[in-house]
Amino acid sequence: MERNITCIICPRGCSLTVTVDGENTKVIGHSCPKGEKYGIDECVNPVRTVTSIVRVTNREDTMVSVKTADPIPKAEIFDLMKLIRETTVEAPVKIGDIIIENVYGTNVIATKDIK
Amino acid sequence: MLEHDIVIIGGGPAGMAAAVAAWDKGATDIVILDRDDDIGGILRQCIHNGFGLHKLGRELTGPEYAAVYKKKVEERHIKVYYETMVTDLTADRVVTASNRDGILKIKAKAVILAMGCRERSRGALNISGKRPAGVYSAGTAQKLMNCEGYMVGKRAVILGSGDIGLIMARRMSLEGAKVEAVCELMPYSGGLTRNIVQCLEDFNIPLYLSTTVCEIHGDRRLEGVTIAEVDENRRVIEETKRYIPCDTLLLSVGLIPENELTRAAGIPIDPITNGAIVDEHRETEVKGIFACGNVLQVHDLVDYVSDEAEIAGMSAAELVLNGRTDGTAVNTAAGNGVRYVLPQRISNTDSDVALFMRVVKPFGKVRFTVKSGDEVLATAVRIKAAPGEMEKIVVKSSKLALAKDTVTVSLEEI
Repeated sequence: MERNITCIICPRGCSLTVTVDGENTKVIGHSCPKGEKYGIDECVNPVRTVTSIVRVTNREDTMVSVKTADPIPKAEIFDLMKLIRETTVEAPVKIGDIIIENVYGTNVIATKDIK
Repeated sequence: MLEHDIVIIGGGPAGMAAAVAAWDKGATDIVILDRDDDIGGILRQCIHNGFGLHKLGRELTGPEYAAVYKKKVEERHIKVYYETMVTDLTADRVVTASNRDGILKIKAKAVILAMGCRERSRGALNISGKRPAGVYSAGTAQKLMNCEGYMVGKRAVILGSGDIGLIMARRMSLEGAKVEAVCELMPYSGGLTRNIVQCLEDFNIPLYLSTTVCEIHGDRRLEGVTIAEVDENRRVIEETKRYIPCDTLLLSVGLIPENELTRAAGIPIDPITNGAIVDEHRETEVKGIFACGNVLQVHDLVDYVSDEAEIAGMSAAELVLNGRTDGTAVNTAAGNGVRYVLPQRISNTDSDVALFMRVVKPFGKVRFTVKSGDEVLATAVRIKAAPGEMEKIVVKSSKLALAKDTVTVSLEEI
């Protein structure tokens, strides 16, 4: 199987050609090792970092922005979003605080300080 | 009247990086004026990731990137006036601002303009129809959703495929809205390729090129839009008109540098960039007033805003501390295939100068040539070039010394 994809690791956006033949994978067109890894992952197990917001219950009209500490499988994004929407936190929150622990092999962490 | 060495107008990514760079260069009497209740600017609402790869070597979200610089500002005890709106600037560097305490007047040795951009709005587009609720600029919708937790709609059409439009297509999809289409007037997208992949293709959102929104339907709330293809003169092709039901229309149709203060000070503006005309120090045509970030030219990446702001910050510090004498100035100009070149003027040919530019349309493999008269100062080959991606070419000082006349950047397809 051969696929032409655009690398999304950085804004350069290299055009990759990825060949997957059972265990053998080959990437052409990348400019760095991260791009090669992305090319293979994208065809074998595509992953994305998810970013969203969680309501802060003890502050008026305040949301804290959050992200998955590591990328999660693409297929799980909407299940994770549902979980994030059901979650609330109490201030204070610091960047890096774990908001949801151990989901899809990673944590959802805060990306903003709320005093 | 207060007196400070450096006054920075705007505490977004440009203002923060300029302040830190100026302080590190030795000019410690700095104030930042910001109209919001926190610094960070638009980064605060850009909760997506992808920031900082160039500048900080790691991938951050907007609020995280802002926090890195806010910490640097705080560590240096740089004074920030919050909720302070600058209302006037004069060519002799008197800044007038207003806040809860009243009117503030500051005489500065150097001023750094870092006001950023605002969005083009519906009024600039001449779309027919009434004024129902549900029509937002993309950045306004972004702020409502990401900072205030207010969901703007359930079924959306997005006009404009710049990065903000693409990011909002994904954001609305993640929150459960159905994004029917992204329409782009031009035959190519203005956004980064990676955003088309991860914001549209991931969510099966169609991107219609050479297509615009020509009618807005609905009375109290938006009920739908009519979209149509456009010909090469961007005129609507009647028979391609079709109706899409939706309750939300997001407009991502360009950014306007907020240069009202720049004009008030009588600083000449480049009609192409809509920002001030500057030299390689990012000093405007009015001595002691510098500009950087999106108020100077609209950038693709915040990393490059920080880089540019550091140039302005260091140059302002240099001017305040040591004064500066410039050599013979040469102008720069855009040649074949190039829309603009920044800086527009080179005041000093003693050090290497990085030229920034955008191309007029998408190209395949190209060679850029920087020339002055018959003298070739630099060349650069790129495997592709697009208007949405700013190019940078460094000209060595040894070559710049040969420039007797206007320095022109042009490209040829190879």
